[in-house]
Amino acid sequence: MISEILNMNGYGLYVWSSFMFTLLSFGTLYFVTKIQLNKELRNFESKFKNLDIEKAEIAKKQEIYRGILSSTSTSKI
Amino acid sequence: MLNYFNPSNTLKVINKLQKFIFALFIAVLILGLFEALVLSPEDYKQSDSVRIMYVHVPAAWISLGIFSVISILSFGILIFKNKNFILISKSLAPSGFVFNIIALVTGSIWGKPTWGTWWAWDARITSMLLLAVFYLMFMLSWKIFEDEKKSIKLSSYIAIFGLINVPIIKFSVDWWSTLHQPSSVNVFKETTIHSTMLMPLGIMTAAFALFSILIFLMKYHTELLKIKNKGLDRL
Repeated sequence: MISEILNMNGYGLYVWSSFMFTLLSFGTLYFVTKIQLNKELRNFESKFKNLDIEKAEIAKKQEIYRGILSSTSTSKI
Repeated sequence: MLNYFNPSNTLKVINKLQKFIFALFIAVLILGLFEALVLSPEDYKQSDSVRIMYVHVPAAWISLGIFSVISILSFGILIFKNKNFILISKSLAPSGFVFNIIALVTGSIWGKPTWGTWWAWDARITSMLLLAVFYLMFMLSWKIFEDEKKSIKLSSYIAIFGLINVPIIKFSVDWWSTLHQPSSVNVFKETTIHSTMLMPLGIMTAAFALFSILIFLMKYHTELLKIKNKGLDRL
């Protein structure tokens, strides 16, 4: 049964390489996107930490910053 | 109505949706792979090589669909100057491009056992290659200019010009004599593919669509963060 699935009537190399290429592309795109997102999140966190109290309060009042902070690890809101 | 596209509202939705869509994508993908590789029957002519269809066709459909959306949004960008349309277009492009490459590569692999060649300059394959070039130009247009206004204009023109290629891809198999067979799945005409093959094709298309939504949400989140990081510098 397993060897039949692997062999695919002699087309196994073509079928499996197509599926492997697809899944590999998915994985690469997902991880590259995730790395970029995490980099921007870390960048945001470090910039937010370095804000003085007054500016941090101004930022916290804006809904968009509250939204971002709620998804970061250093959320104080 | 455009308030629905307000970044503040969208960010809340993105955070909630991302994990849910990832879990749903994994579940649908596993089901689709099982259907495509184990349960679906072999073709009487192409034998098991027909299974490549379950990755090749959804990838081609979704890359075409994404480019069409980018092109329509580009009209909106030029006419309404809506900045959120720009973010949406930029966030859609990478997954559309990757799906385009998957369609080309898996098509090439499928071509070898079916037609006896890895590549042929027929109308469908060439127009799909052209679509990849349009995707590439669209993404590069954001990196060429320092001036954002120039990038916005150039990328919008590329997407609108590239829209001409979309019906060419769709109807190339009808207009010209190509190696590709005419489409088997039709909305307005009779679908000539058997339900035992249509089912895994549908499930795999759903999985691919979920993946493109997931990547779009992650890219959109990243683009919003880039803008807000610049905003923090200006505070």
